[in-house]
Amino acid sequence: CKKELNREPINTATADNVYSTATGYKQSLAKVYGAYALTGSTGSGSSDLGGIDAGTSDFLRLYWNAQELPTDEAICAWNDVGLHDFHDMNWTSGNTFLNGLYTRCVYQITVANSFIAQSTDDKIAARGFTGADADNIRHYRAEARFLRAFQYWVLMDLFANPPFVDENSPIGKVYPAQISRASLFAYVESELKAIDGSLVAAKANEYGRADQGAEWALLARLYLNAEVYLGSGKGRYTDAATYAAKVIGAGYTLNTNYANLFKADNNLNNPEVILSINYDGVTGQNYGGTTFLINSCLNAALNPAAYGVAGGGWGGNRAVSTLPATTFGDYSGNTDKRAMFAGPKIANDDESTFTDGLAVVKFTNMTSAGVAAPSPNGVFTSTDFPLFRLAEMYLTYSEALLRGGTGTAGSALDAYNKVRARAYGNTNGNVTSVALNDILAERSRELYFEAVRRTDLIRFGQFYGDNYKWPWKGGVAAGRAVESFRTIYPIPAPDLSANPNLKQNQGY
Amino acid sequence: GSISGKIVDEHNQPLPGATVTINGTTNGAAADADGNYVIKNIKAGTYTLTAKFVGYEAGVKTVTVNGATTASFGLLPSTKSLNEVVVIGYGTQTRKEVTGAISTVGSKDFQTGTVTSPDQLIQGKVAGVSITTTGGQPGAGSTIRIRQGASLNASNEPLIVIDGVPLAPGRNPDGTSRIAGVGDPISLIDPNDIESFTILKDAASTAIYGSRASNGVIIITTKKGTSGTPTINFSSQNSIATATQKLDLLSGDQIRAYVNANGNAAAKALLGTANTNWQDEIYQNAFASNDNLSISGSTKHMPYRVSVGYLSQDGILKTDHIDRTSGAVRLSPRFFNDDLKIDVNLNGTYQDSRFANQDAIGAAVAFDPTQPVYNSKSKYNGYTEFYDANNLLNPNAPRNPVGLLEDKHNDGDAYRTYGNVTADYRFHFLPQLHANVNLGYDLAKGGGSTYVPANAAQSFSNGNPNNLFNTGGLSSEYHQKTYNSVFEGYLNYNNTFKDIKSNINATAGYGYYDFRTVNRNFASYTAAGVLVDGSTPTYPYGENRYTLESYYGRLIYTYNSKYILAGSIRTDGSSRFSPENRWGVFPSAAFTWRMSDEDFLKGSKTLSDLKMRLSYGVTGQQDGIDYYRYIPSYYLSDNTSKYQFGNGGNSLYNMYTPNAYDTSLKWEQTTAYNAGFDYGFLNQRISGSIDFYYKKTKDLLSQVYLPVGTNFTNLITTNVGNTETKGVEFTINAIPVKTKDFTWSFNYNVAYNNNKITNLSLVPGVQNVTIATGSISGATGTTVQEHAVGYAPYSFYVYKQVYGANGKPLEGVYADLNGDGIINDSDRYLYKSPAPKVTMGFSTEFDYKKWSLSTVLRASLGNYVYNNTASNLGTSRNIITTVGTIGNASTDYYNTLFTNNQYLSDYYVQNASFLRMDNLGLGYNFGHITSNKHLTLRLNANVQNVFVITKFTGIDPEIYNGIDNKFYPRPRTYTLGFNLGF
Repeated sequence: CKKELNREPINTATADNVYSTATGYKQSLAKVYGAYALTGSTGSGSSDLGGIDAGTSDFLRLYWNAQELPTDEAICAWNDVGLHDFHDMNWTSGNTFLNGLYTRCVYQITVANSFIAQSTDDKIAARGFTGADADNIRHYRAEARFLRAFQYWVLMDLFANPPFVDENSPIGKVYPAQISRASLFAYVESELKAIDGSLVAAKANEYGRADQGAEWALLARLYLNAEVYLGSGKGRYTDAATYAAKVIGAGYTLNTNYANLFKADNNLNNPEVILSINYDGVTGQNYGGTTFLINSCLNAALNPAAYGVAGGGWGGNRAVSTLPATTFGDYSGNTDKRAMFAGPKIANDDESTFTDGLAVVKFTNMTSAGVAAPSPNGVFTSTDFPLFRLAEMYLTYSEALLRGGTGTAGSALDAYNKVRARAYGNTNGNVTSVALNDILAERSRELYFEAVRRTDLIRFGQFYGDNYKWPWKGGVAAGRAVESFRTIYPIPAPDLSANPNLKQNQGY
Repeated sequence: GSISGKIVDEHNQPLPGATVTINGTTNGAAADADGNYVIKNIKAGTYTLTAKFVGYEAGVKTVTVNGATTASFGLLPSTKSLNEVVVIGYGTQTRKEVTGAISTVGSKDFQTGTVTSPDQLIQGKVAGVSITTTGGQPGAGSTIRIRQGASLNASNEPLIVIDGVPLAPGRNPDGTSRIAGVGDPISLIDPNDIESFTILKDAASTAIYGSRASNGVIIITTKKGTSGTPTINFSSQNSIATATQKLDLLSGDQIRAYVNANGNAAAKALLGTANTNWQDEIYQNAFASNDNLSISGSTKHMPYRVSVGYLSQDGILKTDHIDRTSGAVRLSPRFFNDDLKIDVNLNGTYQDSRFANQDAIGAAVAFDPTQPVYNSKSKYNGYTEFYDANNLLNPNAPRNPVGLLEDKHNDGDAYRTYGNVTADYRFHFLPQLHANVNLGYDLAKGGGSTYVPANAAQSFSNGNPNNLFNTGGLSSEYHQKTYNSVFEGYLNYNNTFKDIKSNINATAGYGYYDFRTVNRNFASYTAAGVLVDGSTPTYPYGENRYTLESYYGRLIYTYNSKYILAGSIRTDGSSRFSPENRWGVFPSAAFTWRMSDEDFLKGSKTLSDLKMRLSYGVTGQQDGIDYYRYIPSYYLSDNTSKYQFGNGGNSLYNMYTPNAYDTSLKWEQTTAYNAGFDYGFLNQRISGSIDFYYKKTKDLLSQVYLPVGTNFTNLITTNVGNTETKGVEFTINAIPVKTKDFTWSFNYNVAYNNNKITNLSLVPGVQNVTIATGSISGATGTTVQEHAVGYAPYSFYVYKQVYGANGKPLEGVYADLNGDGIINDSDRYLYKSPAPKVTMGFSTEFDYKKWSLSTVLRASLGNYVYNNTASNLGTSRNIITTVGTIGNASTDYYNTLFTNNQYLSDYYVQNASFLRMDNLGLGYNFGHITSNKHLTLRLNANVQNVFVITKFTGIDPEIYNGIDNKFYPRPRTYTLGFNLGF
């Protein structure tokens, strides 16, 4: 009878089954990407992660909270425990959202590791793939390495010293070693450079898949922030300019209509986006991603139907008053078309009142033709999120030069004015000189609510201390001085107690 | 000639159904409703008669028959009797020999009234057994805990064994009912067919069930055929249930007063003129009828019992209804001079349910009481709803509670048949040796459908009207079958060696248990029958299966009837573990000393029994975890979880997702020690027991955080950690008054239990691990409980509220417990837990002539409940909401005057100690109501859930998980019933 104790699941497959076909490889690659788009694999209620509400457990929603809420751009009204900690800048290692984000990043790395291990040249040969199939699998593998490097960059930027695992790490009860921020910088840099030859050429890959353009864009970001990661005086501005210039020279062009970058059909006719996280209201249902970005910024009074989410409008995130009032000044959208605000009240009198502050209606589930994209419950959206786009590269190039780098894609001013000209629809917004501090505000005008603000404020030394205060910075209406250790998030408590190799970041 | 007589109990009350047999024959008779029996056509001679009744000690009389002879019996309850036969795992023992902590409850002591699920029969009756009904929904079942369970994330359900067949757990690892289409599988067993419960509490008695016994064992014995002429019994219990416990909410007038005083013009404009009590609108007086007809008797060599039951029950939540029809057949043929005994048990149940939409409970609390239920202009089936600026449904408002109920048709159908055949053969050449074979099965087919009409607000979305997807309504179905089978065989050798004053009772056996569930998954459709995009299942057919195999042995050695040594060992293999970790070994040992049989106590007039029991045992656990968790595997994602590559035609890819796995998964093991005394005084008029126990669980199957990057998830159920439980249980049964016409008897039991987590980490020495649990309503992802080392499981994890001079809590002001000047997550603390420290049960009965009055009271001390209704709805922002509607608030708002929700305040963790009168019953026994003495009648009237005394301000203090949120209220039930015998 003892054989009867070997019960095997149906509706599942072993690794050898899965990777026996080219389709299987691509479906596995879909998970490597899907790990940063969706919360799980069995619908909007499922999650790859534990210890966090499923709908909150996707990458973008968590990353956005960590990058936008502690800044002068966004503030959230919701009462969810731990959410106010971001704007109040008093988070602890017990914060559920931080644990979710950290875990989500490493989850994508773990899935990528498994894919990378299954797509070595040996495995490809052993499984009998040749020709185009084998080439495709090699591209997939390079993309998985790119996504892994991207997540390590996120971890390095936010948590500085995460645990490190790669395709050689076992699955099981082991304790990964901790890697320092500087070593991780070197790892991310070397990985990105190593895959350059294996990735599909810039602009030549399928929509939604990483190519050389994405790799160069990430390298540009990495180098631009090198001084933050490696210490004062260790800047890599010429490298930043070089890789930004490679992207600029690769054939991407600015989308003539800024608003169309954030609409439901932004997967089509979009020459600006280098890499996007793809969402679909029907086939990619989740409560994070752009579904979160769009619904959290609306309430019933703002007519969610006009934004393609007739069943939605969650009344959470809105602008800190500095964004429309100071960063834009004229926030009507009449001069600078990037200003997309709604609602009657600009002041953030009460943190917990959604209507205290202007709604940001930059992201929408309407198509460029003004039609609502399909949405099963009037909540899920089909708008893709631009993870890297050309405008950022212009501003990166401009900033790198102003910080002392040298580059080949023209002057800092030209690059800067390219972005301004698209924003105004004409040259009225162009300037005749640009200084480093102009870049910070320009980046906010161009990239607000795109989950880069915290990194930018830190690079400009405006995040901690009190030389720049915004409403409710640190949980005080007028803003307060914030401790410098808050430029790095704490290693989340669950992992700290689960992995004896980890040491907490300073200050926590 | 003939023999006739009357069989009565210790209160001189008749014992209908009691049997009298003439020893050495199958000739006999059963007592009618008045306790009378007649055995006819007997040749003159001398006979020995034995009278038997379940739960009573057999009575023996020798009579000489010559014409019409009389022989009456007065039987004594055997629960208090030392010679009562007690069912133990794979065998029986007499009460005085029992080595474990075992409690029995016979049908005479069951809770009465409208009892529709077997577990409710013994609520409050046994020390250390807590039975918490899930709520007031018909057929919803209960949470049963014996000595509070042993595990965190594996199952804490006790093993239930019916007539020797161990059942599968009632719930799947994901918490859903094991049989689709019913609330709880145990409710498919007709309580009327049950004769007795035996509860095995300590490891010495449960270890023989090894792998499945960590949480105790409940052995249910059903009623069997009786000897003699057929007895027909018909009983009918008819009841009305009412919702007596409702939440305190603001009235329409109070809302108007508040909004007129505090609201702006827009808010005032939203006010209606009605005074609707939404709770009154969704609850109803619910009728139930529970009828049972049984015939039992004996043909030549075959006692039989056949019964048919029918239950029709409304829920107090409108639209809730179940219809259950059940049938049971028991045949007990005997062959070869009783050398071969066969028992056949067959049961069948069909239940047809409509499940009310319980979202209405939450909506009724939050919905504006100034609005009427119906609005003639409403597009949504005439129900009042909230609209947004475009006159579309306001997506963030609650839906009309009555509409939620009436517009959702969630119907379930379940068929279940279970039963077994047991053959017990006494070897002719060696009568001390028995062979016992037991073949059992449990098959169920469940299914159901959900239908919501297109114009119902609850599934209407304001999407693009050209997109049929959004045109509303829902039509979906589900189907499931379960196939469970059991094979067990054992040999038993029982012999007394008089010259060495010894008895040896040895058992060795084998068991095979297979559990298979088949699911069919279907796409969903709109009410108009249009396929809901993405709902086509990736896997239309699913199957889950696990198998257990066991070998076991037990030796009981008794010396001089005073010293009893027992030992057992069982080894189990489970398909849920890898071959390396598959087998677990579970030993036990026990020693019993019958002190009252020692010479120095034997002569005592007062002390009738004193016995000391010591036991040790190890049990295992593997239920409640995934079936295939040790196997690395991949699955394809749903059609709503695809990723897009490219913009071409086939650009959407299902994702091959790696499952988390744990090759090292193994048995959770609980080691338990028990020391107990059984006592009896005054010829057992006072009897009872006291037990002390200590349980320690290791390799605890608990959800813990893994080091990230080491698996395809971060939180996994694996063997980690330890818990320990200590407790004391005390029981007393007594008959303080006993005269010819009047008897008073009572049972009191009390249990103290202290359970704490002693380790939760995979890393040796790490103590500060905590696992958040206890999700609440109102704040997404927010939890208010934690598992933490040194604390009880599910302890509340909250801020310490600071109170103002007026005694009211200050909004958002908490104690800075770590003194760092900042109030943040580090200032939360562990405060109380939902587990009671002390539970008590008290049952008593007064009998006066033909009247009887009985009651059951239960109390629980030291249990705390988080009042989520108050924390979520006790603020002013629930009245004038942020989503452009008027809502309702808990009256707790007047205590706090909070504007914003303070979910994590310990203000909401309330002492939920309670005293509840479960049952108050009055019976009258007419005896014979016809002159020919063939028809007897008893009447009973009961009130269940008579009152609750508690300081808790929520709806009900008795909430198992400790979070009071949208709780289906337990009704008060008034029952009138009768029992007719022929």
